[in-house]
Amino acid sequence: YINIYSGHTNNWAVLVCTSRFWFNYRHVANTLSVYRSVKRLGIPDSHIVLMLADDMACNHRNPKPATVFSHKNMELNVYGDDVEVDYRGYEVTVENFLRILTGRLPPSTPRSKRLLSDDRSNILIYLTGHGGNGFLKFQDSEEISNVELADAFEQMWQKRRYNELLFIIDTCQGASMYERFYSPNLMALASSQVGEDSLSHQPDLAIGVHLMDRYTFYLLEFLEDIHPASKTNMNDLFKVCPKSQCVSTPGHRTDLFLRDPGSVLITDFFGSVRKVELTMETINLTDPIEQLESGELQKEMHTYADQLPVSEIIHQKPKQKDWHPPDGFILGLWTLILLVFFQTYGVKHLKHIF
Amino acid sequence: MAAHRCSFSAVLFALWGLSLLTVARGQEATLEGNDRTAVVDNPESVAGAAEQAAGQPAAEDRRWEATAVEEVSPTEAGGGSDSPAPKPAASPPSVPRPKDDFQEELVIRPLHSGDIYTSFQFRTLWETDFTRENKVSHYRLFPKSLGQVISKFSVRELHISFTQGYWRTMQWGQPYLPSPPGAELWVWFQDSLTDVDGTWKELTNVLSGIFCASLNFIDSTNTVQPSASFKPLGIGNVTDHRFLRYATLPREIVCTENLTPWKKLLPCGSKAGLAVLLKSEKLFHSSFHSQAVHIRPVCKDDQCKTTSWELRQTLNVVFDLHNSGQGKNEWSLFKMFSRTLTEACPVASSSKIYIDITDNSQGEQFELSPATPLLSQAVVLGDRRTFSVYDLTQQITFGTMRSLNLLIRGKSSQGDMLRPLLHAERYVAGYGLQTGEIHTLMYNNHPYRSFPVLLLDSVPWYLRLYIHTLTVTSKGKDNKPSYIHYQPSKDRVRPHLLEMLVQLPPNSVTEVTLQFERALLKWTEYTPDPNHGFYVGSSVISSLVPSIVAMDTNNSRERPLFSSFFPSKEESSYFVRVYTEPLLVNLPTPDFSMPYNVICLTCTVVAVGYGSLYNLLTRSFQIEEPSPGLAKRIANIIRKMRGVPPL
Repeated sequence: YINIYSGHTNNWAVLVCTSRFWFNYRHVANTLSVYRSVKRLGIPDSHIVLMLADDMACNHRNPKPATVFSHKNMELNVYGDDVEVDYRGYEVTVENFLRILTGRLPPSTPRSKRLLSDDRSNILIYLTGHGGNGFLKFQDSEEISNVELADAFEQMWQKRRYNELLFIIDTCQGASMYERFYSPNLMALASSQVGEDSLSHQPDLAIGVHLMDRYTFYLLEFLEDIHPASKTNMNDLFKVCPKSQCVSTPGHRTDLFLRDPGSVLITDFFGSVRKVELTMETINLTDPIEQLESGELQKEMHTYADQLPVSEIIHQKPKQKDWHPPDGFILGLWTLILLVFFQTYGVKHLKHIF
Repeated sequence: MAAHRCSFSAVLFALWGLSLLTVARGQEATLEGNDRTAVVDNPESVAGAAEQAAGQPAAEDRRWEATAVEEVSPTEAGGGSDSPAPKPAASPPSVPRPKDDFQEELVIRPLHSGDIYTSFQFRTLWETDFTRENKVSHYRLFPKSLGQVISKFSVRELHISFTQGYWRTMQWGQPYLPSPPGAELWVWFQDSLTDVDGTWKELTNVLSGIFCASLNFIDSTNTVQPSASFKPLGIGNVTDHRFLRYATLPREIVCTENLTPWKKLLPCGSKAGLAVLLKSEKLFHSSFHSQAVHIRPVCKDDQCKTTSWELRQTLNVVFDLHNSGQGKNEWSLFKMFSRTLTEACPVASSSKIYIDITDNSQGEQFELSPATPLLSQAVVLGDRRTFSVYDLTQQITFGTMRSLNLLIRGKSSQGDMLRPLLHAERYVAGYGLQTGEIHTLMYNNHPYRSFPVLLLDSVPWYLRLYIHTLTVTSKGKDNKPSYIHYQPSKDRVRPHLLEMLVQLPPNSVTEVTLQFERALLKWTEYTPDPNHGFYVGSSVISSLVPSIVAMDTNNSRERPLFSSFFPSKEESSYFVRVYTEPLLVNLPTPDFSMPYNVICLTCTVVAVGYGSLYNLLTRSFQIEEPSPGLAKRIANIIRKMRGVPPL
């Protein structure tokens, strides 16, 4: 019995851009174009964790603020008008990324910053930035290694945090990042093999930087043809950006995946499944809670506070500080003084004190 | 997180609810005919509700007449009252206000430099009590996410603002709502709360999720408890500053991802009313952009016995003449926002546009089209200003084209702007990476009156302030502050807090100087881009500035939103808050690029330098006989064996 259906009930996406500084505009454009496709195909903002390490749209060097373009001559604004970035700026760190994946976040983290997946979730993880053989650089100051990533996925598998996981990485030597995976149901794609560099696509002379990387550019073109009901499968995704277009050799890894890639739909990961239950029974809605009139209870008149009560401020009494027991230093100092006193003058003088 | 707003179904539900109410009230009136109060209240309420349900324009016509002046020129209308009410009886106290109320307005003020200042305000009033035992579960116009924040964290007042750019007071005048660059958050908690610090930490995390901003970086190292500034703006008589927390993040950026959730908090979203103009591509291409959310309890009515919750969402933008205006002093709604208005928000009780025409009494500064007969006067920022009003709830405003595109064509600008009475500057002086000096200058431009200002400075712990070097001088002479509150910093725990009440003499510059020393941070505490520098938040200067005309101290009267933000207690002065520039200081930064090479080099230098010195100091020289040749050595060995002394 070969399972050709995915059996997932919800979709999540974790899209990460790890580079800082204006000349890494293309990495932000990469992530935003995948964000755009994923939103278009149906995954809502509440199921997308978007991490951008730097702000390009409202950067002071951007000649067109609040826009991030992916095609030269400013044809396509991937930033758009309806974007919600969950982790931005200095919050994009290796620790936060691993915490999101494994779910070990501090209790006060809001829902929009959590990956609340369960064992029936299909997760898409997209990473882009600068990388090397076995590592990916976060914000020019730290790295994540392929071993850490593989272990994080194993933790997710142990905690049943995913049903199937698609991992796409667009960095130099990206294939090294999925070499160490060992958990089941993982499929990985990378833009270049070990020893190769991923190259960028086109510069725009008005903005002054390269706008996109080649692999993600052709991936975006491929995804623009997908609609929520399309039946395209993963084998077509593996053919995106051959060496003639990409200059580097994209790679993929499917040995850990239980299903045949030819039966996996693109929309299994990039689109969203909504389970709809039809019911014929009537449901009674409770009445809203009636607000009791409390007008007659309070008789005192409220007033607005004085914004700058000068006389009150000048005559403010100093705050009563909480009494703390004396600190170790003060205790030690007093002990020393007492010891010296009694040493010089002798113990018999104690009776003069007590 | 997407907040779903089904405005159409909300409107339907509201209408259905209202019709139910009128039917119910009508039945009550017939049943309880004996009750005197019921008879007095109910017919009017039935009439009012019936009118409301039957036709919105009828009830609203009555309200608009109270504020509109028919074709009266500004010079004639100086009757003493600020917003003329020709029929005092027409402001009806007996028309039952709905439980929640939404108003929107836009104020446009052309500036003397050719730029244009637009200020949006959206206000939702809701009569409910979040602090009661039974939880509020039915939200209509008030956004649920903020309502839950208020009740869960026992918030009495919440003010949060996100700003990009710096407000140039000397060129643009005073803003209606001041805000510092970056993000600013200050909260008054209820006095029933026991753990204020823990609640503050949770509140910042929740707000960072709601507004998609990194507010979770607010912790004890940048939070202060001001002791005299930031008194509550809403009603309340408790001013124990233990329940106040203030924090700024000067580095925080504002972009579309902050505007998107902000727009989703509005009842109409960005689909109807004034919010359709909020397009991010135009809003962020400006010299100044500030969006804020203010929540506070206000008086429900004149008697002020009960309170209702007010949520104000404000957005201030200054469009630059050369950037957005392409050099032409001709502004229109389409040029500024790339949209025109077609309708008011259906759930809004009031939707108006005010254009400030005070300096344009003879049409010498700019030309406004389409013309409107409605004029209004309001006392704002200490001055009486005249406004042309466009009422979006009237269909006639939109004309035959069914869309409103205001055009303000500027003519040659004559005359100077009135100098603002109070403004401030701040800068860092000194050289090198060890010490420096912070200078704050406060200008009092009033010719003969002096007034007190309260200066609040919150400096991060890594700039070690030397308070004994604090000097305050005005006109060259020492000016002793009448109140100083200083809380020293604790490394990695608490920032410095300095609050001073200074009397500014008339027509003078007051300079506050303070020396500091820069600290060396641990290598893990540097940001990924440490050579950019570290920010010091803006100073806040709160002051009661003498006003030119008498302010209106009756804070519960119906006034345009832009004039009713700061409550005024006395007529001769108005409250103003001025923010200075944030400072950018460089701390001594290690070179993170070559640790391995540096270690090698250092070790080599240490080994060669110290090693040779050590040898020189500790080496002792001994005289040694030169060793004899091989034959002699063998002969010596044989002689030793024989017991004979060697050669």
